[in-house]
Amino acid sequence: MAYSKKVVDKFENTLNNPKAFNVGSFDPSELNIGTGMVGAPACGDVMKLQIKCEPQGNSHVITDVKFKTYGCGSAIASSSELVEMLMGKTLEEAKEIKNKEIVDALELPPIKIHCSVLAEDSIKEAIENYESKQ
Amino acid sequence: MNTQSTIYLDYASTTPVDPRVASKMMEFLTPDGEFGNPASRSHRYGWKADEAVEEARSHVANLVNCDPREIVWTSGATEADNLAIKGVARFYKSKGNHIITSKIEHKAVLDPCRQLEREGFEVTYLDPDEGGIISPEAIKSAMRDTTILVSIMHIHNELGTLNDLEAIGNITRKAGVFFHVDAAQSTGKVDIDLSSLPVDLMSFSAHKTYGPKGIGALFVRRKPRVRIEALIHGGGHERGMRAGTLPTHQIVGMGEAFKIAKEQMKEDHEKIKAFHTKFLKEAMKIEHAYINGDVDNKVPNILNISFNFVEGESLIMGLKDIAVSSGSACTSASLEPSYVLRALGRKDELAHSSIRFSFGRFTNEEDIDKTLSILHNVVERLRELSPLWEMHLDGVDLDTVQWNTH
Repeated sequence: MAYSKKVVDKFENTLNNPKAFNVGSFDPSELNIGTGMVGAPACGDVMKLQIKCEPQGNSHVITDVKFKTYGCGSAIASSSELVEMLMGKTLEEAKEIKNKEIVDALELPPIKIHCSVLAEDSIKEAIENYESKQ
Repeated sequence: MNTQSTIYLDYASTTPVDPRVASKMMEFLTPDGEFGNPASRSHRYGWKADEAVEEARSHVANLVNCDPREIVWTSGATEADNLAIKGVARFYKSKGNHIITSKIEHKAVLDPCRQLEREGFEVTYLDPDEGGIISPEAIKSAMRDTTILVSIMHIHNELGTLNDLEAIGNITRKAGVFFHVDAAQSTGKVDIDLSSLPVDLMSFSAHKTYGPKGIGALFVRRKPRVRIEALIHGGGHERGMRAGTLPTHQIVGMGEAFKIAKEQMKEDHEKIKAFHTKFLKEAMKIEHAYINGDVDNKVPNILNISFNFVEGESLIMGLKDIAVSSGSACTSASLEPSYVLRALGRKDELAHSSIRFSFGRFTNEEDIDKTLSILHNVVERLRELSPLWEMHLDGVDLDTVQWNTH
């Protein structure tokens, strides 16, 4: 199966320059951190997404993001793509992100759509986790 | 794309054609060459082509020590497997309807067996042991009065493990059951002596042994005689077992490749064994790397390793300058991990993270060193990206985690 150049570039850039692409972790016990972990090793992919937020007006804004992903190249590229989309967004805006945006941005092949679904699930779970702490 | 800068370590998938083989094949194509139809009996073009085909047949027979009349040309090992399994089953169906094979056979064996099940045959799919070996005892206990055929591969294509053909063959002989062996990975790797091995049918491929793709052969024993029903009809070539004009250049290529294999087996083996030793030693310095398949009972040209906490397809993408294959079928349409590694009882995550490295005649020391260095680097980087590795370092037992699957 051939991936688009976008998937390959995203994957390679993330692999070769993890810090610049927000690979890492926050302390999940901090109140301003929301953590979402989705997937299972048995299925071949696990994504951990963490958002750092601060209140702003009536909302909360994502000021920093960290992630780690175990999975195929497109799973890693999908997480990395999502992370870029999240920066500076309010939680309301982040909730609106749909997997299709990741599919389009990376030109994911049909059999890899589930990677983008997993990414969408990870942000939903991270927001839920953050909101439960507030 | 410049493929020359990519290190080729996927010889178990296919090998390049040895240049000596390619130049020999060229002699049987063009107007100034021997392009005749080997079945033409009325002129020298046909006679010359026929001579070349028979010489090639002798080279193939010579490598595995059988009678050239026991070699039937096919389009490859897949066709040879189909011809052997369906051919025996359909010819002997009045004697019984039961076939024994294993869960880790190549699809070229499993799919014909599935087809025969649709035709009313019963098939037992044996489990391998955790090292990937099919025990002769398991075959013995699976035998029924209605068993007509046992099909077990010699060298496993994903693992490189070796089955004990003699022990299995002694059981099938005693039971009066035919024994077919897929030996696509064996030629030029290990000695095969069909004059003493109790094997009735054996499949061969040219392109795993530095010959061309599109040609293979089936050994069909004459004494004791095995009969098969043909799959392809139309002219009675190959003693009625496989019709169709013989592709002289392909056949000559296979013959030359097998002749060279006989002459060079020892040399190839020594070199590859040294690479295997080095590769194994260095790769196993990576923490949580596991060899798949019984390392004490395998050939050195195939090495299958799982690197826990990294996923196989991403590892292959990371190893972009190295051509290897993944046991993980994430690269294909199905998202299931390798059925072979699952059958060995490997946990799913280890089955998802396996890589098959296979070495060959044109592999050199520099390829090995470069691959090892890249491998260490990429595994480390992917683990830095892996939440599973992080959890492992934090002392979390991944088996006790409640995963949020979707």
